[in-house]
Amino acid sequence: MKFSNVMLETATKIIIFIVLTFSTYLFFAGHHNPGGGFIGGLVMTAAIVLFYMTFDVVTAREVIPVNFRKIGAFGALIAVTTGVGSFLFDVPFLTQSFTYVDLPLFGETELATSLLFDVGVFLAVIGSVMTIILSISEDV
Amino acid sequence: MSWIHFFILVPILFSVFIPILYKIFPRIHTGWFVLSIPIVLFIYFLQQVPSVMNQEPVLHTLSWISSLGIDFSVYLDGLGLLFSLIITGIGSLVILYSIYYMSKEREALHNFYVYLMLFMSSMLGVVLSDNVIVLYVFWEITSISSFLLIAYWYQRKGSRYGAQKSMLITIFGGLSMLAGFLLLSIVTDTFSIQAMIGMREEIFHHSLFLPAMLLILLGAFTKSAQFPFHIWLPDAMEAPTPISAYLHSATMVKAGIYLVARFTPIFGGATEWMWAVSICGLVTLFWGSFLAVKQTDLKALLAYSTVSQLGMIMSLLGVGSMALYPGTEEASILLSTAILAALFHLINHATFKGSLFMIVGIIDLETGTRDIRRLGGLMSIMPISFTITVIGGLSMAGLPPFNGFLSKEMFFTGMLNAAESIGSWTTLFPYVAWLASVFTFVYSLIIILKTFAGSYQPEKLDKKPAEPPVGMLIPPIILASFVVVFFFFPNTLSYTVLEPAMQSILPFLLNTGEQFHVHITAFHGWNMELLMTIGVVLFGTILFFTLKKWSAIYDHLPEKLNINDLYNAGLSGMEKFSSKIIDLHMTGYVRDYLVYLFTFVIVLIGSSALHFQVFSFHFQGNGPIEIYEIVLVVVMVLAALYVILSTSRVMAVIAVGAVGYMLSLFFVILRAPDLALTQLVVETITTTLFALCLIYLPKLKKEISRVRVKVTNLLIAIGVGLIFTLIGLSVQGHRLLPPISHYFEDAYELAGAKNMVNAILVDFRGYDTMFEVIVLLIAGLGVFTLIKLRPTSREEKE
Repeated sequence: MKFSNVMLETATKIIIFIVLTFSTYLFFAGHHNPGGGFIGGLVMTAAIVLFYMTFDVVTAREVIPVNFRKIGAFGALIAVTTGVGSFLFDVPFLTQSFTYVDLPLFGETELATSLLFDVGVFLAVIGSVMTIILSISEDV
Repeated sequence: MSWIHFFILVPILFSVFIPILYKIFPRIHTGWFVLSIPIVLFIYFLQQVPSVMNQEPVLHTLSWISSLGIDFSVYLDGLGLLFSLIITGIGSLVILYSIYYMSKEREALHNFYVYLMLFMSSMLGVVLSDNVIVLYVFWEITSISSFLLIAYWYQRKGSRYGAQKSMLITIFGGLSMLAGFLLLSIVTDTFSIQAMIGMREEIFHHSLFLPAMLLILLGAFTKSAQFPFHIWLPDAMEAPTPISAYLHSATMVKAGIYLVARFTPIFGGATEWMWAVSICGLVTLFWGSFLAVKQTDLKALLAYSTVSQLGMIMSLLGVGSMALYPGTEEASILLSTAILAALFHLINHATFKGSLFMIVGIIDLETGTRDIRRLGGLMSIMPISFTITVIGGLSMAGLPPFNGFLSKEMFFTGMLNAAESIGSWTTLFPYVAWLASVFTFVYSLIIILKTFAGSYQPEKLDKKPAEPPVGMLIPPIILASFVVVFFFFPNTLSYTVLEPAMQSILPFLLNTGEQFHVHITAFHGWNMELLMTIGVVLFGTILFFTLKKWSAIYDHLPEKLNINDLYNAGLSGMEKFSSKIIDLHMTGYVRDYLVYLFTFVIVLIGSSALHFQVFSFHFQGNGPIEIYEIVLVVVMVLAALYVILSTSRVMAVIAVGAVGYMLSLFFVILRAPDLALTQLVVETITTTLFALCLIYLPKLKKEISRVRVKVTNLLIAIGVGLIFTLIGLSVQGHRLLPPISHYFEDAYELAGAKNMVNAILVDFRGYDTMFEVIVLLIAGLGVFTLIKLRPTSREEKE
């Protein structure tokens, strides 16, 4: 069912970038401020869902040509592998670590391994929730 | 992490690349790549032989879940090394053989070799782990990989049946073994086998000794196909022949033997252990050999023969364990020869049975059948295969100059020693052993003569047989040459591998510093054992040639005691029973399920709350209620009322969403920004999801239902609401446990995070988050599978 809603489409085109930016911000802010992989992932999912609802599935597929099941599985894989990675340093499973590095432009920046873990959470959340929503919505 | 951990995991790690190699090099048989792995491992374990011979074994620990005492600790001693050598050695030959057996054009080789590598790693893990929980994990992975390999040709009904059967029986045993391990760890407060061996006195006098022993034995007996659990092994022969040769004769089925040997220092010396293991072994030995004679399928024959030989090794371990019995010091060295015989036969069995299985696979490929009624006279057509079969078959029958003769003689010695030094019922052991050996001799002759001698019947065969390619003959030739070599030089084996292995099974028999001195000789003079062998040959030959006359007794076996029928009846009975129960409460209506759920909530939470008298209300410590909070509550109540009274589903859902948004505002007021954010986003997503689902539902109508149903629903609704309100109000009045928040107060120093909530999520409680993510993914895939892969949509596609 293809229906056009010019106002919604126009608004979406602008809103979606704000939401996507916000989700990226939330993801990185998570370490020190409210946010993190889970919330960031859900906000990004919300953005994608908005896109799917405004435009039809075919268009959305063309614009976002990814298989969300694979994204979800990949995210879970990252989350688990970062845990396994701690074996290399002879510490218990899922031990996280952090350090401060002086990066050009950013100045002194904190780099934490939990960010890698959060990437996994982020992707897994997007993949899983999008899989659920798309499966149900495409079931006609 | 030491090298040995790495080497145990190498096959699993390599299996990641197998599908890639399969795709990139479609013209090269994937087996060639895989072959390198067991060869490297075999060389590695060979290099360990000198150090294991001369030094005390070392425990290599890799921390895994240290807080629970579960570490991946590897203990490489004589016993583990013996098994590792068999696993990797036979593994190399089997993979070489499989390259010719499995067609690269027709078979899904990537699956095959991934399963095989999975098995190899887990089997090495079983025999090298010192931690019982890790051992259990590996043990179950061997069961799973065996299941996958038996069901490899899953298009066949027989394969699926056999796979399921083996899985049910071995996993049942595995679970009971786990229970046994847990009992042992309750007694000893450790998961390490070596530490348990150190505390064997405490275990021995503990009341849990017998339950733990029986549970562990159940695991060993199911895995090693001991009577009455042997029924899965013949059905497992549906697997490709390399798998039958590898898993179901040389390695996996010997995991039970390994377990019994490994736990002999703990349980050995107990009479219950000796009787259970040796009687079960002897019954299996006899029953397997007796049933093997009637088989007409060569692989089924070999399967029953494996069952019987496993029983023989088991009975030897049982008899040998009496060496640890207090008060039998003078007989203990005598009895320990039974352990030696068990270990030696373990190796011999792997060599001759492996070669026989490979030849049967060759015959199957070349003639298109394994039925001995259609085979015959292949001697002149396949002379090399014939020679190998003669070597393997006669070794199995226990004739010189093959290694089977040596271990069969030692078997007789062990049983005679047992009869002499233990007495009572063990005096029967030599008779059973002899009788079973007669049947063993008969079926060995059947394999050799019915296949290769007699008249050639080309009209009954699908293909014109010929010798297979040389590469396919190399593995059985190597194994057959070992059969001969071990006869002439058994002591190269006994000094290097057998003595250390005996040391690890019977660690307390000798004083410290002493070593077992094993010297195997072929001829001991005209003693009882030799006479027994001669008797076996004479009587066996007679039985073989009069087979037609007496084989009628197989028709008179009691029908009702057929274990296979019991298994099938039990399985279908359980299926019927559970489907009845499910039909009873699974009505297919969501509202019914909600009624169940909420009734349980009311009954469980309500009654326990009343029982513990948790309802107490203290409002004095609460902050003042602000005006905007009252506004929020009023909006929430209105939205909730709207949900009930609404006539449109979509509007109802939006109202539910409004309740959620109001809640997130409360989080904002109460300064929980993370919760507020999460609540907001989750509410958005769920509302969308609801709205999507509702499109497919019919229009909301005024519901006409009976008064009784309405009253029940009303009561349940009021009950749930009441209970949660009361609990919510009482929460403040209770502090059952000390608060844990101080643990997280150091979040900035420990995790470098200023946001404590997130430090908890990704750092302190990373495990929880990881599993939550995985659960979410599984739920997503579950929804996808339910909706997208329904049987109807599959039919539409076809």
